[in-house]
Amino acid sequence: MPGTTVTEEIIELIHEGKGPGGGAASGNGDGGGEGGGSGSSGGGRTPQRAYVTGMIVALAGILMFFMAFVSAYVVRKDMPNSAWIPLAIPRILWLNTLVLIASSFTLTRARKLFVAKDQEGFRHWWATTSILGIFFVAGQIIAWRQLVAAGTFLATNPSSSFFYVFTGAHGLHLLGGVLALLYIQFRTPRKLTMGTAVDIVSMYWHFMDGLWVFLFLLLWLVR
Amino acid sequence: MSFDAHPAGSAVHAPMAEPSGFIRKYIFSVDHKVIGIQYFLLALTAVLIGIVLSLLMRFHLVWPNATLPFVSGGQMSQEQYLALVTMHGTIMVFFVLTTAPQGGFGNYFLPIQIGAPDMAFPRLNMLSFWVTFLAFVCIVAAFFVPGGAPISGWTGYTPLSGLGEITGPGEGWGQTMWIASISLFCLASLLGALNFIATTIDLRAPGMTLMRMPLTVWGWLVTAVLGLLAFGVLLAAGILLLLDRSAGTSFFLPAGLVVNDQLQPHSGGSPLLWQHLFWFFGHPEVYIAILPGMGVASHVLSTFSRKPVFGYRAMAFAICTIGFLGFMVWGHHMFLSGMSPYSGFAFSVLTMAIGVPSAIKTFNWLGTLWGGKIQFKSPMLFALGFVSLFVSGGLSGLFLAQPAVDNLLHATYYVVAHFHLVMGVAAIFGIFAATYFWFPKMFGRMMNEPMAKIHFWFTFVGAYCIFMPMHFVGLAGGIRRYADPSAVAFLAKLQPVHEFMTIAAFITGAAQLVFLLNFFYSLKFGPKASKNPWNATTLEWTTDSPPPIDNFGGHYPSVYRGPYEFSVPGAQQDFIPQNLEPAQVAGAK
Amino acid sequence: MRIRKRNSGSVATPALLSLLLVILVVVTVYVFAAGTYAPPKTITSVGQAIDHQYDMTLAVVATVFILSQLGLAFAIFRFRDRGQKAHFTRGNNTMEVIWTSATIILFVGLGLMGRKAWAEMRFATAAPDAIQVEVTENQFVFNFRYPGPDGKFGRLDTRQISASTGNPLGIDQNDPAGKDDIVVPTLTVPVNHEVQLLIRSQDVIHNFFVRELRLQQDATPGMVVPLHFEANTIGQYEIVCTQLCGLGHSRMHSYLNVVSDADYDAFLKQQASGQ
Repeated sequence: MPGTTVTEEIIELIHEGKGPGGGAASGNGDGGGEGGGSGSSGGGRTPQRAYVTGMIVALAGILMFFMAFVSAYVVRKDMPNSAWIPLAIPRILWLNTLVLIASSFTLTRARKLFVAKDQEGFRHWWATTSILGIFFVAGQIIAWRQLVAAGTFLATNPSSSFFYVFTGAHGLHLLGGVLALLYIQFRTPRKLTMGTAVDIVSMYWHFMDGLWVFLFLLLWLVR
Repeated sequence: MSFDAHPAGSAVHAPMAEPSGFIRKYIFSVDHKVIGIQYFLLALTAVLIGIVLSLLMRFHLVWPNATLPFVSGGQMSQEQYLALVTMHGTIMVFFVLTTAPQGGFGNYFLPIQIGAPDMAFPRLNMLSFWVTFLAFVCIVAAFFVPGGAPISGWTGYTPLSGLGEITGPGEGWGQTMWIASISLFCLASLLGALNFIATTIDLRAPGMTLMRMPLTVWGWLVTAVLGLLAFGVLLAAGILLLLDRSAGTSFFLPAGLVVNDQLQPHSGGSPLLWQHLFWFFGHPEVYIAILPGMGVASHVLSTFSRKPVFGYRAMAFAICTIGFLGFMVWGHHMFLSGMSPYSGFAFSVLTMAIGVPSAIKTFNWLGTLWGGKIQFKSPMLFALGFVSLFVSGGLSGLFLAQPAVDNLLHATYYVVAHFHLVMGVAAIFGIFAATYFWFPKMFGRMMNEPMAKIHFWFTFVGAYCIFMPMHFVGLAGGIRRYADPSAVAFLAKLQPVHEFMTIAAFITGAAQLVFLLNFFYSLKFGPKASKNPWNATTLEWTTDSPPPIDNFGGHYPSVYRGPYEFSVPGAQQDFIPQNLEPAQVAGAK
Repeated sequence: MRIRKRNSGSVATPALLSLLLVILVVVTVYVFAAGTYAPPKTITSVGQAIDHQYDMTLAVVATVFILSQLGLAFAIFRFRDRGQKAHFTRGNNTMEVIWTSATIILFVGLGLMGRKAWAEMRFATAAPDAIQVEVTENQFVFNFRYPGPDGKFGRLDTRQISASTGNPLGIDQNDPAGKDDIVVPTLTVPVNHEVQLLIRSQDVIHNFFVRELRLQQDATPGMVVPLHFEANTIGQYEIVCTQLCGLGHSRMHSYLNVVSDADYDAFLKQQASGQ
């Protein structure tokens, strides 16, 4: 099967993503596509497993980014004469955490249904995950507004600074995850098979969930 | 490890068509070869700027009262000198040494050397380049914003860099542009690292096991891993610094700062935290700058000695070890910072340890040459120069790695000599070796050898003349980043040495014009290059010069042997390409 | 100059390159050995320990430098293409083990040996009777504060910093302990007596460096770093700031005056009476 030419790739770039074109741009079938992880999609020369590798690698990089903030937090908190005032975690964060954990469950459900070729079930639970994700982000914004109403801004004190940085950075990454979820909900990826796309977005989402649990525990227990 | 990137029997695909139109072909191209050349040209522009900045610095150190054109007031001021220092370092480290070896040659040749048609994510690759380009625009813009370029050094220590214009000229807009540029650069590098790693792991041709990869690929792979894990930390630090400067936070700014009699409103931050975050990135960064060059050196030394790399496994292992240990030694930049002296000692021992894999590589380079049949073409000259310069520069590190001795040498020209020899010359020689080696493949033409040799002799001798004496200046107490050495009496006797170095710098700088002339002339008028002008073994030499759009014209190679099969006893020729089928190789082991 | 090439290449290039490497070694070794550009003689015993460590390192580095560069020079010339076949080998594991072990022992051993001088200077605390001097650095001056006859430093209050009214350090005017503090722009200490410096900064990171003491320390705002030394030779020595601190970085310097006990007492008396 001939691959797409570079010209076609660039045309894709310039125009808005449309649905899959003719056969030449396909490779986005259901389920595993051609041999799932090991075959190359008909659309390009990149094997599907490269997308998985790419996602793992990306998560490693993102992890280091957050670990820099975490180490700064720990160092700063324990500095002598540091005038560290522990921050009272807005209560809604508990709810947000539960919502996010729930979204990981709904995501897992969705993926299982995808593998079982239950398109409708997959789409339903995938959408639920997106909605839960949006609720999480909204809940984080509410938490911010609560803090602002209490007079705690970004620069108020070091612990508040870190709070906003942690939640802001995580929230932005999670928002990216929501966009990815929505993309799969409403569009079909071209270079990746649907199976690969579901896999890597799931990896990203679970990672962001786990990261949030870690950050939340950090903010709650280590202050 | 993965053999089935292209299932057996599907080795022949229809050759890809070239993109049409100038924009798609040369500007917004997803072809890793075009992107590689774009990175290379970006680095070339950056290095020319960087050299001019350094020549202005050297000029000022020797003739501080000279009247200069284009300078308001006629004479270079202290802040202008410090702005030169900052911008020279930033531009050279990021936009030359982190760009040309990896983004330039890595992008171009990694896919080809592993037998792949492109990077795993071509559009991400294109995005990486243009974000890097944007970062470059930002850093150049720092010269032109109100207040001018920042003066806090490429290291940007807080509070000098964290309080805004009040600490000095250029610390307002200039420093902000610096942070913006670096942050963009971090993003671009993270994306690039992702691509390199995924490509190397998943797109290798059948038969291309990890242990059959050229050492250049090992260099690019480990460099990408370093970049992946380090640039995120710098990005985080840059964000925190930006918040300190513009949002009133105090991550890096302690209480009680009084600048120009004004009490600053910050409280409770730690300047040491910036240093930790910066150097946690900064030390892997310098290995990012040198590892690709080491890969190229091994590759070229083997090719032009007509011998396999001596101890291939040890060499690959050494690259990995250097990368690994590179994350554990950052504190050696901070021995005297106020950090715990016990931590300092721990960092010191690890730093001495990192000298070991570097030494192993040097011994193996010598072993590669030993018993060889050495041909002194221009790539080889620069590779040999690399070995000499890396030895010289690396050894001075042994002094600096010991905190007791560092008491005498820290922040003197001794440090400047050390890092220039390893980064500012050895790594550059790696880039030159790669350029002369791969120019024929990239552009289908040969460069001019006599001009290349002239370039080599002048640069090699000139670089030593500039940077060897710097050790002595440092030992005798010459302090770095001093705009005006005459303020301290004991520095006066070092002026003649500074003059010598400055003259050497100007001559060496001028010699680079020979390279530029050669490069651009040969692009158009060089004699046409064959597929394999150097009789080399790796996959890029099996395809056309320059390669077709999908690298192999639809014929994906399979690999049957390691990358350095030179002078194999019993073989017909003194080299066996990696993709030559065993049946066609008579009598080889 | 170029010998006409046959199929084996000219000898000029390898000869020249080898020669340059030999010249490199000779010149470098000579200049290091001649000591033309050397630090001034040290005036502390820990300084001597540091110099000793430096010399040991120089011996190791010089050996490796000479052997590597000359080895390179030799290989370049000896194995130039003269029409011979290259000797095929993939390497030698025994050699790898040998030179790896040797390097580990040499380099790490050297590093461990350096512990002693560093520990003496930094792990060990100052003697209880060490003279305390607070070093305050800011853009672009050094100020040295002695506790005065009461032996106590007065509290500092940043809001009271005012160089123009003679209180550059912001000594709290309400603190009686600060009334007799001595603030001077140069550092005067008695010979053969331990001194503890308390190094701090008011604005950006600076540094305190005296070559003869073999002592350097960053002055980081938000921290006070103690540093002790004992000078054994009377004289005047330059203090410089080595950490980039802004415009006036290169103009920021002061003097260390090591004087006799009698002169030191006289200095203290003179400063006290001038209050």
